[in-house]
Amino acid sequence: MIPAGFEYHRPSDIASAVSILQEHGDEARVIAGGHSLIPMMKLRMADMGHLIDLQDIDALKGISLMGDTVTIGAMVTQHELITSATLANAVPIIKEAALLIADPQVRYVGTVGGNVANGDPGNDMPGLMQCLNASYELSGPDGTRTVAAREFYEAAYFTARDDEEILTRIHIPVPAAGTGYAYEKQKRKIGDYATAASAVMLRVVDGVCAEASIAMTNLADTPVFAEAASAALYGRALDDAAIGDAVSAAIEATDPVADNRGPVEFKKHVASVILRRAIDRAASRAS
Amino acid sequence: MSKMHVKMNVNGKEVEGLAEPRTLLIHFLRENLNITGPHIGCETSHCGACTVDMDGKSVKSCTVFVAQAQGKDVTTVEGLVNEDGSLGVIQEMFREHHGLQCGFCTPGMITRAHRLLQENPNPTEEEIRFGMAGNLCRCTGYQNIVKSIAAAADTLNAQKEAAE
Repeated sequence: MIPAGFEYHRPSDIASAVSILQEHGDEARVIAGGHSLIPMMKLRMADMGHLIDLQDIDALKGISLMGDTVTIGAMVTQHELITSATLANAVPIIKEAALLIADPQVRYVGTVGGNVANGDPGNDMPGLMQCLNASYELSGPDGTRTVAAREFYEAAYFTARDDEEILTRIHIPVPAAGTGYAYEKQKRKIGDYATAASAVMLRVVDGVCAEASIAMTNLADTPVFAEAASAALYGRALDDAAIGDAVSAAIEATDPVADNRGPVEFKKHVASVILRRAIDRAASRAS
Repeated sequence: MSKMHVKMNVNGKEVEGLAEPRTLLIHFLRENLNITGPHIGCETSHCGACTVDMDGKSVKSCTVFVAQAQGKDVTTVEGLVNEDGSLGVIQEMFREHHGLQCGFCTPGMITRAHRLLQENPNPTEEEIRFGMAGNLCRCTGYQNIVKSIAAAADTLNAQKEAAE
């Protein structure tokens, strides 16, 4: 379990990190918490001549609330997401989801930037960020640009990020007061990826659903942002019929593959149970 | 690949050594520094036997490159003894409450419990189980580990009260 050798870099600002990426091309990769990358390197499924450690770049740290947008630095750890008072007030679903990721040791080290940038369909944050309509800030040789989370994921481990870019920040619009939320995840054991997971945000006005956003995790090679499921709830009372329609629409949008977490039918079944729970819980929290 | 000059603080002492950047922290601790408290269990960041404290966080030292740990403060189970070398409170409570059988997972359990109690000095049983979820034990069934940590919390709190 010894990875191939590499040259180690620890730049202290984003520009230096980008220039090392530029200099070495696809021979270089950035490392954040490393809890996805290091296991892959140990298995020799990933190797690179140059490893760029982002831990000393202060501009990638911190959580701030400005107006109605929360900005989270890419190097913020899952542990910091859980303990942030700012997030607990403004976007509490993030803490709820982060508590379901891996185990305490991994959460101290694993970062939100690594989780969203890696493009692993098993990661929880990409689906959650699609549900929240977050956007990602990318820095590269030509400056910075912003890509919506809903546009970012192309296939497993393939994203809109260019090789010479670093994902630096995540911007999240603060949900309206009274928005109900829930993150539900079914996993076989602590530390496993989801068999199915679901993020739901919804608003209820005068007894009918005024806004809904639904995304699911590990049920396709990208996160599944289920617009049809949200549409099925819109303008209706959140009764069994409406929720049933939303669940059917969401499952229609999934494309799971059979693996050691179960066959396709099982995964779809688990997904439907998980989503129904998430909608019920989000509805119970909406006011 | 050339070796790098590694410096860190381990259990209160400045240490240094030469190692390739790809060296895992657990290997550096055990092989370069001869600190063999942290164990290599699964080497895949699941079991937690290699858990050490690094800059106030519990980390699995099998999933940290020594280069990433450059300049950090690291505490292993050896660093949790009392100043006179006798067992620290958490260690003593694991002994007293039979919180181990074969003992292989114990250094990771104790190091993790140390950080858990720093952050939450009065954990419920549920909080202990949630906080210890990154450490596996194949002998005890966890019951006595949870008891040991609860007892350690009580003892530490009583000591703190007595000191005040």
